[in-house]
Amino acid sequence: MADTKTKPVQPKQGLLLDIRNLRIEATVYPPGGEAPKTITLVHDVSLTLEKGKVLGLIGESGAGKSTIGLSSMGYGRGGVRITGGEVIFNGRDILKGGKEGFRKLRGREVCYVAQSAAAAFNPAHRLMDQVVEATLLHGTATRAEAEKRAVALFKKLSLPNPETIGERFPHQVSGGQLQRVMTAMALCSEPDLIVFDEPTTALDVTTQIDVLAAIKDAIRDTHVAALYITHDLAVVAQVSDEIMVLRHGRLVEWGGTRQIIKEPRQEYTNALVSVHEIEHQEQKPSATPFLSVKNVTAAYGGGHVKVLKNVSVDIYPGQTLAVVGESGSGKSTLARAITGLLPPEQGSVVFDGRTLGNRLSDRPKEDLRQLQMIYQMADVAMNPRQTVGTIIGRPLEFYFGMNGRERDRRVTELLDEIEMGKGFIDRYPAELSGGQKQRVCIARSLAAKPKLIICDEVTSALDPLVANGILKLLLNLQQVEKVAYLFITHDLATVKSIADSIAVMYRGEVVRYGLKSKVLAPPFDAYTDLLLSSVPQMEIGWLEKAIRGRRMASAGN
Amino acid sequence: MSSPILKLIAQRIALGILLLLAVSVLIFAGTQILPGDVAQAILGQSATPESLANLREQLGLNQPAYIRYFHWLGGVLTGDLGTAMSSGQDIATSIKERLWNTLFLAFWAAIVAIPLAITLGLIAVRYRNGWVDKLISGVALASTSFPEFFIGYLLVYFFAVKWQIFPGISTVYDGMSFLERMQAIALPATALTLVVLAHMMRMTRAAILNVMQSAYVETAELKGLSAFNVIRKHAFPNAIAPIINVIMLNLAYLIVGVVVVEVIFVYPGMGQYLVDHVTKRDVPVVQAVGLIFAAVYISLNIIADIGAIVANPRLRHPK
Repeated sequence: MADTKTKPVQPKQGLLLDIRNLRIEATVYPPGGEAPKTITLVHDVSLTLEKGKVLGLIGESGAGKSTIGLSSMGYGRGGVRITGGEVIFNGRDILKGGKEGFRKLRGREVCYVAQSAAAAFNPAHRLMDQVVEATLLHGTATRAEAEKRAVALFKKLSLPNPETIGERFPHQVSGGQLQRVMTAMALCSEPDLIVFDEPTTALDVTTQIDVLAAIKDAIRDTHVAALYITHDLAVVAQVSDEIMVLRHGRLVEWGGTRQIIKEPRQEYTNALVSVHEIEHQEQKPSATPFLSVKNVTAAYGGGHVKVLKNVSVDIYPGQTLAVVGESGSGKSTLARAITGLLPPEQGSVVFDGRTLGNRLSDRPKEDLRQLQMIYQMADVAMNPRQTVGTIIGRPLEFYFGMNGRERDRRVTELLDEIEMGKGFIDRYPAELSGGQKQRVCIARSLAAKPKLIICDEVTSALDPLVANGILKLLLNLQQVEKVAYLFITHDLATVKSIADSIAVMYRGEVVRYGLKSKVLAPPFDAYTDLLLSSVPQMEIGWLEKAIRGRRMASAGN
Repeated sequence: MSSPILKLIAQRIALGILLLLAVSVLIFAGTQILPGDVAQAILGQSATPESLANLREQLGLNQPAYIRYFHWLGGVLTGDLGTAMSSGQDIATSIKERLWNTLFLAFWAAIVAIPLAITLGLIAVRYRNGWVDKLISGVALASTSFPEFFIGYLLVYFFAVKWQIFPGISTVYDGMSFLERMQAIALPATALTLVVLAHMMRMTRAAILNVMQSAYVETAELKGLSAFNVIRKHAFPNAIAPIINVIMLNLAYLIVGVVVVEVIFVYPGMGQYLVDHVTKRDVPVVQAVGLIFAAVYISLNIIADIGAIVANPRLRHPK
C-alpha cells in the first residue's frame, strides 16, 4: 500500500516544486442557519516535480486536484485556506512569503491556464494587452520585446494570423483558439511552472486534439514544468511524465504514466482506467418508426442563420438514436425542432403516422406527454425550492390528474426505478449529488410515460464513473419501460455504449446515418473519420499517431 | 465605429425624440384638464362673459385644442416659449439665465460628486466587508438618508452662521467674478453632492462586486496584480454600463430635482423659478419648465444608453 503512495525514484537535483503534507480547509455555511463548519478539502498530500517535467493530477470532481494545483501559487478559491504543510518552490517555502511574495511569484514563476479561456479573458481588453500584462508587470521585458515573444508563441501554438490576432478582443476568437492564446499568455513571462487546469475539457473533441498537441509541443520546446489537471485519464496520458490519482482530497496512487494506465495498483485507479466499457448489443429496427423527422430545415434569427439543413431521421420504438457532432452542428436544434420549441421552416415531424403541429402551442397535451426531455445541467433544470417528490409528482398531476396517495405511490415506484428509494422524497435538489440530480430528472421524464425521451448531453457534466452509472440506468429503464431515446452527445465513447443507430451531424447536416455497426465501421467519410480519430485513447503516443493520420482539419480552427 | 453600433444609437435617439413628443402632449393635456383657462385667470372672478369671450378670441383660446397644441409646439421648436402671465415677460429670456444658473450649480456638484463616488466605490470594494468599507457605506448612506433641506440647514448653520465661511444665501448676478460665483454656490453644491453621493457610490460598489466573481478577475490575481489594480484594470471596465446609468440618473436629479435646495439657498435657478410660478398658477411657465426638465431627463438617459452600448466591446468590435 505504502509503496504506491510515494514516487519510485526521488531525485534531489533539479527539484522545482516540493509540496509536503499539504492540508487545505474551507469554511462552509450549511443552509438552514446551522453553524458554519470547517471541512478539509486536501488531507496531507505531498508531491514533487522536477524542472521541465509534467505531472498529471487526476480525479473526479471534489478530488482536490484544482485546489492542490492552485496551492502552488499560494491561491485559494473562495474561502479556501492552506492550513498546513509546506509548498517549496525554487528552494523557498512560498507560504511564508506573505501577500507580497505571492504577487512576485504569480505570473512570473508560476502561471495558470484556466478551464474556460472564454471566461478567463477579460472581455474589455484586447488579447495582446492581456497576454503581455504579467510580463510587463514583473518587468522582465519591455513592451516591444514582450509582444515579439507573444507573436512567436502564437506561431508556435499554430494560431491563425499570429501577427494580428493580438489586436482582437476575446469574443472575436473561437474557443479552441482562445485556449491556445491563454497558453501563450502563460508562457509569455517565461515561468518555471504552468498549472493547466482542465485546459481542454470545455472544447469539442476535434478541437481538443489540436489544443492538446499545441500544449504538448510548447511544453517540450520551452522546457517549462507543468501540473496538468484533468478528469480525463486518456488526455493526461498524452502529456504527462507522471500521474497522480486523487480522490476526496487524498492521494490514491502516484507513478509513471505507463504504470498508471497499464498496471494500476489501486482498485480505484483500475476503475478509472476501465470506466467506459459498457457492452450494448445493437437492436435491429422494427418495421415502422414511430417518429420520423422529414427533411427538416430550421433557422434562428428570422431565417438568417440556418442551423438545420434538410435533416431526416427515424426513431424506432424502444430503441436509441444517438446524434453526435461538435458544438454548433445542430444537435440540440434538432431536439428543439422535434419538441416544437423551434418551429421548422420546412419539413415535418411525423409521430404515429400523423404530422405533429409545428409549434408547441399547436400540439395537444397528449402529444406533449409523449416527448420528454432531460438536460445536461440537471441542477438548473429543477426548481431549487421544490422537493424531489413535488418535482417527480408534477407530470403525474399534469398529465394524469393523479393526486394524494396514488401520486405518492407512483413517485415512490419511480424513485425505486432510478435506484434512489423513498428516502429522497422530501429532499431538495441542493441536497443531492450531480448524479442523483440527473436521476431525478430521468424519473420526472419517465413519470409522463412518454414514447420518446430526448437526452441532451445528459452525462457530459458528470464524472466518468457517475456518468457510467447513469448510462446503465438508462439502458435498464429502456428494457423495462420500452421507451425510445434520442441521445444527443459529443462523446463517442458514450455513443458506443448506448446507441442502436447513429446520426453524425456536421454544420447542420446529417453526414452519416445508419445502424451503429454500419456507422462505426470503415470506410468512413472525412468528418466521421476525424471525429472517431479525435477521441483520446488510453495509450501512450496516441496523440502523435492521431495527428499524423488526419484527413481534414477541425472546424474549430 | 461600425454600423450596428450607429444603428443602435440612432434608434435610441429616435426613441428619445418620440418620447419627448409624447411628454409634450401629456404636459399640454395636463394643463388643459385643469379647471379654468388663461383668460379666466387673467381677468379674475369679476369678469363678464363678454370680456372673457373677447380675451379668448384674442388669445386664440377658442380654437380646437390640437391646433393650439401644434401652435405651442411650433413656438417651442423655434425657441418661443410664450409669455409669462404673471409678469408679461418673455419666458425664453427669463429661463435662459436661470437654466444657465442651474446648469452651473449642477456642473460643479457633479464635478465633485462623480469622481468622489467612483473612487469611494473602488476603495469600498478593495477593502470589502472591512471597517473601511463599512465606514464609507455608513457615512454615504447617512448623508443620503437625511432630507436635503435638513442637510441644507445644517450647512447654513455651521458654515454661514457659526463660522461665517460661506454665504447662507446664494445670490448670483451678472458681473460677478468666477470666484465670487463659486463662493456663492459652495453650500448648495455641497448639499447636492452629499445627496447624490451614496447612490452612485453604492452602485459602483455593487456593480464591481458583481464582476469580481468572474474568472477573468481570478486570472488577473494569478498574474500577480495588486488587489487595487485588479479592481481598477479588470473589474471596473466591465462594470461601467450600470455605473454610467446611475450617474446619468443622478445628473438628471441635479438639474431637475434641485427645487428644494434652490429654494433653501434662494438660488435663482430653474427650480425656484418653477416653484414661484406654480404658486402663481402661471400655466405657460409651468409648461415650459416641465418640457425642459423632461428634455434634460430624456437626453441624459439616452446618453446613459449610448454609454452602455459604447462600453460593450462586443458591440464596439463585432466579429
